Amino acid sequence: MNLSTTGEMLAQRDAFGDALIELIDRDPRVYVLDGDLANSTKADKVSRERPDRFLEMGIAEQNMMGVAAGMATCGLVPWLSSFACFIVNRDLDQLRVVVAQPNLPVKLCGAYSGLLTGKTGKTHQEVADISVMRAMPNMTVLAPADAVEVRACMLVANDLPGPVYVRMTRDPEPVIFPADYEFELGRALVVREGTDITLISTGAQTPRCLAAADELASEGISALVLHVPTLKPLDADAIVAAAAQTGCVVTTEDHTIVGGLGGAVAEVLGERRPTPMQRVGIRDVFGESAPNEDLLQKYGLTPGHVAQAARALLS
Amino acid sequence: MSLTRERHAELKRYAIQLRRLVVESVHHAGAGHLGGPMSAAELLIALYFAELNIDPDRPRDPDRDRFILSKGHSSIGLYAALALRGYLPIEELATFDAIDSRLQGHPDMSVLPGLDMSTGSLGQGLSPGLGMALAARLKGQDFRTWVMIGDGDSQEGQIWEAAFVAARYGLDNLTAILDWNGLQQYGWATEKGYGVLDRLAAQENPLSRWRAFGWNTIETDGHDFPAIFSAFAAAKSHRGQPTIIVARTVKGKGISYMENDFNWHSKPVTDQDLKQAQDELAAQEAAL
Repeated sequence: MNLSTTGEMLAQRDAFGDALIELIDRDPRVYVLDGDLANSTKADKVSRERPDRFLEMGIAEQNMMGVAAGMATCGLVPWLSSFACFIVNRDLDQLRVVVAQPNLPVKLCGAYSGLLTGKTGKTHQEVADISVMRAMPNMTVLAPADAVEVRACMLVANDLPGPVYVRMTRDPEPVIFPADYEFELGRALVVREGTDITLISTGAQTPRCLAAADELASEGISALVLHVPTLKPLDADAIVAAAAQTGCVVTTEDHTIVGGLGGAVAEVLGERRPTPMQRVGIRDVFGESAPNEDLLQKYGLTPGHVAQAARALLS
Repeated sequence: MSLTRERHAELKRYAIQLRRLVVESVHHAGAGHLGGPMSAAELLIALYFAELNIDPDRPRDPDRDRFILSKGHSSIGLYAALALRGYLPIEELATFDAIDSRLQGHPDMSVLPGLDMSTGSLGQGLSPGLGMALAARLKGQDFRTWVMIGDGDSQEGQIWEAAFVAARYGLDNLTAILDWNGLQQYGWATEKGYGVLDRLAAQENPLSRWRAFGWNTIETDGHDFPAIFSAFAAAKSHRGQPTIIVARTVKGKGISYMENDFNWHSKPVTDQDLKQAQDELAAQEAAL
């Protein structure tokens, strides 16, 4: 398929709140557990509209993770609402021991992932969640590109028998998927056909990656854009096929280049099809509080940075 | 629960058998925890042979009572109780800590039916128990959830997160049992050095702490079956709050050279240690 931004701007967190209501109405097992951030993550919609299915757990993430595990053993499907920085770090041992090791169906919403967290700074910016969650056995790791894909992947995540981490962003971002888009677990999507170079992207970086492809196209460079919404299990075949088709690869993510999408792609290509590549992402540093555009510029995540990496690789 | 003389003797015999299976299993494995399983022996037997509404043939029954061993390093004590109760063959205890065994060093619910939660990283057992008690309420089920914690276990902050939230939800279908043996792996600096029994220190008083967190508290002798059953009955009849039973116990209880010695938290059992333990336990059994 050949996708472009539709011009519509929607926040992933709003789609999260809406999709929780949809899940609750179709699945009696679904409950939402909140770590006192519902009015940020937008799980507060559940507390207002389906209060019987909303359980406030307070500012105690370690306990919340354990409570979710206990509920999951009793046939319920808990969805956790918290920021990615807390859900990945504050309760990581609980996630490891009582959720991932027993492979329980606890669903984790990592809200406010990446650098664009509304001027909260490095304490609240989670830029290693893909790396950490990818290294956790039994974990499914998802990073949807837009609000449409948030909903679509949550519907699939809800029915998986094990734990799922869904990486989400805070602010309105361009929508790229049509409303009837259906998410397929473990499948990477060619969202733009191309022949000269492959751009591989995940999460909300994909709309920026499409803009980079537009920029390259205006210069006569045909870029294939492969969107990877499932970081684990990774669609290695699609990555190898795209690399084979164009002969060089740029990865990009609002995430550290250590162990994230770029690392995962390098692992696959290194073993199966060594290919010249560049990783565009956060270069092993912590962030800071600043306006979104300034952060994207300083940390090298704009469409221009992706296009420049492509040009450098091609020259 | 009123205990007949015969029933009381039977339960005491099970506790002795549990201790024997623990020391024999750790001797066989060449490693394992001893002090904790010994202090919890009567509590485990009281739960598995009298209190819990469970059926070894239906370990996944949705209406069963739940039990979580938050002090997961006492796993061999729980495995011995499960074996005596019919969840697994007694002979399987010889696989404790062996490759491919269902009897992992710390309880792994993904391999052994009968375990309601995986534990081992301390402080983590009460929260899943809270989740189970919440689930029972949400689903309209009347099973009860029991969680055994340790005093070292309760130094983890998560226990107190769970204490706060469980009280907030008024979960009277949740009972914690504190195996208060007063020792941990190494312990705190005292005038007499490390590894010294210091449960009487005022700042260590768990009853006032748990009351402050909004829990109903009951204190009992953790080695006396009638006292344990009265505590269980009082916990079950209390409404509107979760209950903690603070059970005074002796680490290493029942084996003279292990009692109150922190070195027996975890230690290989020599042939000579085993022989002495077996002799002492045989004498206890003969005296019943």
